Order: sequence, then C-alpha cells, then structure tokens
Amino acid sequence: MAIRYRFFQQWQVAVTDIALQSSKIASSILDLIGNTPIVDISELSPNPKASIFIKLEGQNPGGSIKDRVALSMIETAEREGLLTRGSTLIEPSSGNTGIGMALICRVKGYKLKVVMPPNVSKERRELLEIWGAEIIDSPDGEGSNGAVKLARKIASDHPDWVFLYQYANQANPKAHFENTGPEILRDLPNITHFVAGLGTSGTLIGVGSYLKQEKPEVQIWAVEPPAGEVVDGLRSLDDGYIPPIFIENNGPLLLDRKTVVGPRDSIIWTKKLAEVGIFAGISTGAALSGAIKCANSIDTGVILIISPDAGWKYLSSEIWTLSIDEAVERTKSTIYF
Amino acid sequence: MEVEVRLPTVLRQHANGAAVVKVDAANIGEVLSELASKYPGMSGQLLTESGELHKFVNVYLNDDDVRYLDKLDTKLNDGDTISILPAVAGGSD
Repeated sequence: MAIRYRFFQQWQVAVTDIALQSSKIASSILDLIGNTPIVDISELSPNPKASIFIKLEGQNPGGSIKDRVALSMIETAEREGLLTRGSTLIEPSSGNTGIGMALICRVKGYKLKVVMPPNVSKERRELLEIWGAEIIDSPDGEGSNGAVKLARKIASDHPDWVFLYQYANQANPKAHFENTGPEILRDLPNITHFVAGLGTSGTLIGVGSYLKQEKPEVQIWAVEPPAGEVVDGLRSLDDGYIPPIFIENNGPLLLDRKTVVGPRDSIIWTKKLAEVGIFAGISTGAALSGAIKCANSIDTGVILIISPDAGWKYLSSEIWTLSIDEAVERTKSTIYF
Repeated sequence: MEVEVRLPTVLRQHANGAAVVKVDAANIGEVLSELASKYPGMSGQLLTESGELHKFVNVYLNDDDVRYLDKLDTKLNDGDTISILPAVAGGSD
C-alpha cells in the first residue's frame, strides 16, 4: 500500500506539470490551425553532416497545410466585406484546399462548391461531403488545369458566388509569410535549406520570401510532381498554366532550384518515413526525395521539408501494403498528389 | 555530345510521333535550336522571337529545371536526359 501511494504521488506531480504547461482550451476548432510541430528525421539523411527536419502540416484540424490558406483567404474576404452568412463560395481543388475550406465554411456558415477532377482519391470526396461541400466534377483527363478552367467559367456565370481562387489570391502566400515562415525560423533558427512541393506555389512564395528576408543565405528548393496524364490533355503548350501568385511575387527569382520527383521516388520515401514512425501523404515523400538530393549535394546543412498532409487520405491507394511497382501503377490512375 | 530528349505528347506530332529523340548539342540552347531546325513545327513553341525559353515550357536536365541552373547556357554531358514539359497547375491543391 505504501509503495502504491508513493507511485501515485509521483504521478500526481507529473500530471500537474503537464496540466499547467498545456492547459489551453480552444474556443473554436479554427484556433488550432497553424503552429505545427517540427521533427528531426536526420536518421534518413544520406549525409551525416546534413540534418533533415520535417514540419508536420497534417496536424492541422482539416488535415493539411491548406487549412492555413483556406482560413487566410476566407478571413481576408470577410474583412473586405465579400462574405456574409449564407454566401456561396466556389473553388477549384484536387483536395486539400477544398477540404480546408469545407471545414471553415461549415464552422462559419457558408456554402461551398468544389470543382475537382473525377479521379481524386475516395477519401478526399468523402471528407468534402462530411463538411457539407458540393462536388462538381471537372472533365476527366484534364487534371488540375481542367478544374481551374471549369471553376473560372462557373464563377463568371454566377457573379453572386465568391471565387477566392487560391492560384491568384495573395492571401495564400501571405498565410505562409505571416505564420508558417516565422514558425520555421522560431523553431529551427539554423535552417540552411527549405524544400517544399510546388502546386499553387503559395508555400514556397510565402515561406521562401520570409526566409530570404530574415536570412538571405537560406536556399529555397522547389519539388514538383511530373505533369503525368495532365499533359496528355493539353492541346498545345499555350494551354500551359503558371499560377499568377508565382509570377506576381517573382517566383522565378526566389527559387534557387526546381526539381521533378516522380511517383516511384515519392512512394519509396513515403514508405521510409513510415519506418521512422511518420505516416505522411505521398507529396511528403516527394519533398523528402528532394531533401535527400539536397543533402547529397551539400557538405553540411540543416534542411527543412514541409509535410503537407498525413497518410490517412491515401489509405485507399494501398501504397503502404502494395509492392513499389504495384503502388506506382496505382498512382497513375488516381490523383494522389 | 549526343543526348536524349523526351518530348511531351503535345510536341510529338511535330516529330513524326516520336516520344524520344536524340540530338547532338553542348548546351540546352543548342538542344532547342537543333530541335527547331530538325522539326520546324516545334520552332515557335519552344523559344520566343527574342530567343528566350517560352514561358509555358519547362526544360529539365536530369530532373532539374534549367531555369534554375544556367538556363539556355546549361552545359550537357554525354548520356544526359533532357525532358520538355508544359507548365501545368499541379499538386493536391
């Protein structure tokens, strides 16, 4: 009995400490967006003098880095008086932005329509439906370009709907300039290389501009998925698309390197992350593959990669259980990036 | 030196349907002018009138975008692979 009591006293001290350090109750789920943790994964680095860290954006309440973008765009529109309770928003998204917006629209009382290619993973569609968003299918085989094109057309046909358009909305990179970037420098002040995926370019522009402003020697590396089947839908190179926020914010001058990572390497590194306990989405594997290349090309450094989301939405891809060849084949028919 | 160039679907029609062609060149600029002279249909698509890379064209040397290397002056080695891809909206956005 005396022994049990002694343990209990120890536990009580420990519990009190934890409770005092982290006693914080959020008044809204939206208050939990941002301030994501960074984890040291240097054991995966091929270069013992190049450490690699990962910022886990999957810890956001909507499950991805896009919660930050969605919140920033919606709250900017509110301040500008574009949104009133019951407003309808329309947005092209092959996943995460739509999901983040759906969560925020549900909490704030807006209606959301998401334009997306038909071949996105099942989990993404379900998440959108959970938070009440309506899905509009864009033409098969045209990828994100097709979704962008259709959303623009629908938005011009319905001038009363609010079209925030993440590819051209400055609130997208601003979210990263004001929050993600400062969080990174606060938690990892000795960073030398920042590696992130290139989609709308919001993360790279926002974080990259902040880091270059505060610590100009930091190198900014962009990792992009291969265009894949999307390319087959283009009729000419003039159908190409560069996000307006990339051009308006001098993206070409900001980046130090841009490299393509294919599905095979993305899957290999996504699986390796699971071996060190990190269950991440496939685009995280692509970013890590870029970081490995970076680690191999430098003598010494501190590399940070962004993990845009966790693995949950990709379980139906079965990449963790299939062989690499089968997993690569599977990603050809469905958009997982 | 001889390098392999991978063409996107949209350019293959100008190269008799070939997905991969070989050219002899010392840098990226030479690859593009070589392609334009061999396959006239490609000429206006790759470079602008002032001789710069068309804004919707991305050229990769072994996976690296040459815009962030030495652009058209990027030097080549034997056995390098060049890929030409159109710029597209990408990612799980």
